[in-house]
Amino acid sequence: MVVKYLFLILYDIVDRRLFSIDRCIFMVEQSKPMRPPLSGTAKIIRYTPWLVHFNTGACNGCDIEVLAALTPLYDPERFGIKLAPSIRHGDILVVTGAVTKKAGERLKRLYEQMPNPKFVIAVGACAIDGGVFHNAYNVLAGVDKVIPVDMYIPGCPARPEAILDGIVKLLKKLEEL
Amino acid sequence: MGAKKVIEVPYVVELPVGPQHPALHEPLLLKAYAEGEEIVKVEINTGYNHRGIEKLAERNNFYRNIFICGRVCGICNTVHANCYTRALEYLLGVEPNNRAKYLRVVAMEFERIHSHMLINAIMAEILGFDSLFMNMMLDRERIMKAKEILTGNRVIGDYMMVGGVRRDVDEVKRDKLIKLLKQLRPRVEYYKKLFIEDETILKRLVDTGLLSRVNATKYSFVGPVARGSNVRIDVRASDKYDAYGDIPWNVITYKEGDSWARMMVRWDETLEAIDMCIYALEHLPSDGNPVPDERRLPRKFPEGESYARVEAQRGELTYYVMSTGGVNPYRVKIRTPSFLNVIHSAILYPGYSIADLPVIFVSLDPCIACMERVAVVDVDEGRRRLVRLKDLAKGVY
Repeated sequence: MVVKYLFLILYDIVDRRLFSIDRCIFMVEQSKPMRPPLSGTAKIIRYTPWLVHFNTGACNGCDIEVLAALTPLYDPERFGIKLAPSIRHGDILVVTGAVTKKAGERLKRLYEQMPNPKFVIAVGACAIDGGVFHNAYNVLAGVDKVIPVDMYIPGCPARPEAILDGIVKLLKKLEEL
Repeated sequence: MGAKKVIEVPYVVELPVGPQHPALHEPLLLKAYAEGEEIVKVEINTGYNHRGIEKLAERNNFYRNIFICGRVCGICNTVHANCYTRALEYLLGVEPNNRAKYLRVVAMEFERIHSHMLINAIMAEILGFDSLFMNMMLDRERIMKAKEILTGNRVIGDYMMVGGVRRDVDEVKRDKLIKLLKQLRPRVEYYKKLFIEDETILKRLVDTGLLSRVNATKYSFVGPVARGSNVRIDVRASDKYDAYGDIPWNVITYKEGDSWARMMVRWDETLEAIDMCIYALEHLPSDGNPVPDERRLPRKFPEGESYARVEAQRGELTYYVMSTGGVNPYRVKIRTPSFLNVIHSAILYPGYSIADLPVIFVSLDPCIACMERVAVVDVDEGRRRLVRLKDLAKGVY
């Protein structure tokens, strides 16, 4: 019992030192990852694009609209759109919210973990340029500060119809490859 | 460096849940330490959603802050805006008329209905009951439609303004709203019955995440979490702000204190809210225009401080506004219910299995966007050391 708690305490110290603070500083200094080159094979995802949803500091308004866009009234499965459980299964990363410093670092890691071909959709005014939070001290403004973005969907929050429309437009773009 | 060797001792498995996790929808890191299947400790790591709203509010003027406060949390935006607006009204000595008060209550209760339906739907999804989730979300679209008719937008309505509301409803809209609510009520009753009778739901929820009445008060849980543990705490009943004193309604409490009781409190509150909305819309007073003239409102605020509280969907929400005269507030302090409910939730998990972790977490109705009121760690060298020593001291206890 004692050993176990000792371990937990020591683990806390090591963990915080390695992960939490130093990463935050490096994150701002590092450059943003490159967009992978698009080849003709990217169009295979257009029948079953699987979404991965990540909230980088949104107010939840866009999140519940993304969630609503996946439900029967809007019926996204007619386009083959489905929510994927893990980032490693995802084709399209749906990002909502102004990017905070701590979540930005995670967002970049998620983007790097995604398999190719990968696309990013920024949903809502905050994800586009920071929205009402663009001057706040902990906000890095839009998603495109951290990772490359393929489609912007405006609105505060964006309506479910608009979100689906954005995804379908992205898929149309893929057909022309 | 010596500490690294200790990690290899396989006593406990560390299991990170989040910040990107299909069960959460919001960035929060729950670090669970499990011994076999049993959770021994859960650490809650926040800060992914901290945007610095309180600081931002000091840089903008009083009226602009209504929109910023509405965007603290999208699900409870009307209650946030209402609380801040009432704090400003106490400062100015303005009182809205009765029609505006009734309309405010209707907007806030609409929000309560859609929020409670959403969290119950997410609970069904977490349990693996996906068709129930889809059905609930389909019925939830009715209330979203109603909210759009009333406030002009599905989620963020920006409905509140100092001295009233932004839009009035006419007879046609009012009848449409009542019709939508009456359509929704039997569906909610059906889902409530499902939560009482369905064996799958009962097996996962009953006796999971038990919170005693003593612990609920000791750790200051608020809202449906406390009411699920038989603590009769509701600001709507104790403060009777806006029109809550005129409309008949009941405070719901359950004795069980488990996840099931929390979800049942939400279903009963949804039914209460539907009845309240129907009553308020049918007895809407007509004592003048609820939309005040924006140009008549004073630009500069008098010196003073004010404090307002509302019952948000997740519990008690308070705003403290301090003015030193002028156009900007000197300080805006927000205390949100999820802050209390989520930070203290670490006491609920130990003893349950890993599969129960998302269930217990969702039963608290976490709202991370609301919660992030904590100051982030300063990056300069001296302060960093100080925080680490504090962490160390906390661990030794």
